[in-house]
Amino acid sequence: MPLLHRIARTDHAPVAFTLDGVACEGRTGDTLLTAILCHADKLRDSEFLAAPRAGFCLMGACQDCWVMLASGARVRACATELSSGMDVVTRCGERS
Amino acid sequence: MSERAAPLVVGAGPAGMRAAQALVEAGLRPLVVDEAQASGGQIYRQPPQGDDRSADALYGSEAAKAVRLHRGFAALADRLDYWPRALLWNLRDGVADIAVGGGNRRVAYDGLILATGATDRVLPVPGWTLPGVFTLGGTQIALKAQGCAIGRRVVFIGCGPLLYLVAWQYLKAGVAVAAVLDTAPLARKLHLLRGMPLAPAIVLRGLRMAAELQLRGTAIHHGVTDIRIEGRTRVERIVWRQRGRDKSLACDGIGYGLGLRPETQLADLAGCAFRFDRRDRAWLPERDVSGRSSVPGIYLAGDGARIAGADAAERAGERAALALLEDRGLPYAASRVAALERDLARSDRVRDVLDAAFPYPAHWSRQIADDTLLCRCEEVSAGEARRAIAEFSLTELNRLKAISRIGMGRCQGRVCGAAAAELLARETAQDIAAVGRLRTQAPVKPIPFTLTTSNEPHEPRHAPAH
Repeated sequence: MPLLHRIARTDHAPVAFTLDGVACEGRTGDTLLTAILCHADKLRDSEFLAAPRAGFCLMGACQDCWVMLASGARVRACATELSSGMDVVTRCGERS
Repeated sequence: MSERAAPLVVGAGPAGMRAAQALVEAGLRPLVVDEAQASGGQIYRQPPQGDDRSADALYGSEAAKAVRLHRGFAALADRLDYWPRALLWNLRDGVADIAVGGGNRRVAYDGLILATGATDRVLPVPGWTLPGVFTLGGTQIALKAQGCAIGRRVVFIGCGPLLYLVAWQYLKAGVAVAAVLDTAPLARKLHLLRGMPLAPAIVLRGLRMAAELQLRGTAIHHGVTDIRIEGRTRVERIVWRQRGRDKSLACDGIGYGLGLRPETQLADLAGCAFRFDRRDRAWLPERDVSGRSSVPGIYLAGDGARIAGADAAERAGERAALALLEDRGLPYAASRVAALERDLARSDRVRDVLDAAFPYPAHWSRQIADDTLLCRCEEVSAGEARRAIAEFSLTELNRLKAISRIGMGRCQGRVCGAAAAELLARETAQDIAAVGRLRTQAPVKPIPFTLTTSNEPHEPRHAPAH
């Protein structure tokens, strides 16, 4: 069950990305956080307690929304624009 | 042509935009850096892609102001340098390090206006790290900038005008708002009567929003305490106490905030002197009525200096720019100064009223359960903090950070700092001002390690390619 629910911008052009190996679609104008949380209910598991996290402030301050890309790069999902072909890994210890 | 470097404005919210405008009107060409994709700050945040929603739908009663600000700033485009998606992460000796376009730019500036804005202030409650709990600001951003609701059945918790504003915006967007839980007793709202002669529009707008919420079936509960958010892997339920009784409500999204806290890290790096501010219950950079800080050439404006709201931020931004012009020996509209300062004094009195009507429940820090996380980044619980305070006889916040790692994580204490200070003050029976403040370290936010080693020559005249 996704965490976020779209109520506007539903007809914008689709943008393809991959979430834990599964092909997904976001919309033009999405942040990476929006694109992920319209499909899933978390962004990552926390480092020490492995508890699910899904962002908090959405304005680049709390640093709760870091996600890992398959390339190994770590990005702040709330401040990163979704771009076509992004490959996101949200589960601990998994690398494709 | 002047040999002097351009002034630097940090932040493109209402304060930064107005400051930049006043500098441009005086013939200067400032560089404006801002972290967001688009100008506007938080309250006037623009969606990255326009959608079918009107300005009225996005900004409600503030639509006219938002449109005016955005148009005004866009009209300056070829008379200033504006770097969006740019993080100013270090400041020293008139030079700023800015992460932008995948590289680092080192920029020399002459005159610095810090309009860094604010974030939500929170205190930890059980379950506050669960997916589906967002700050009030974040809850609003999801809707305004991304056209998304944080749940299908949302509860709003906290204090401050933003609590009712965001709940009302969700209602207007067609989202089910199950309840508004106000941490202040209803009687505190009587203070708003004092606000009527000062700011009738603000008070009436707030009352109208509350009335509309109730009319459309949203329960408003006052004087709630002992908040607990429950759920296994995401928000499922909110539990609270009210007049001695336990209550609960099913929900799948929660907007939470206890007022705002200024972003002061850059003022700290710039060497500005700080003082403890009783109203904001925080250490803030010193400034005079014009916005001049304790450091010559550095000016402070907007909520990043002291919480006063968006209208005051516009005026403080312009006022700070006029001070910069005066200090630079340039002509400026001296006639504007008195009007701006009069408006700012009025805004300050309005803020006193709002703070009385929406008091920050600092006393909650006494009740934070030992197993509740205090620090989200390093995952340090309140109990671990209490043990560290007792075991090492800690009395000062930076010592608590060094021993417990609270405030040492990625957010650098932005989220947990206010709560950690309250908790330390309680545990050691000290005044909140006596426990000190977290020292700022560069980088003020995480940046890729490679950036710190790449130093391109600065070219403040050209916008970087994206």
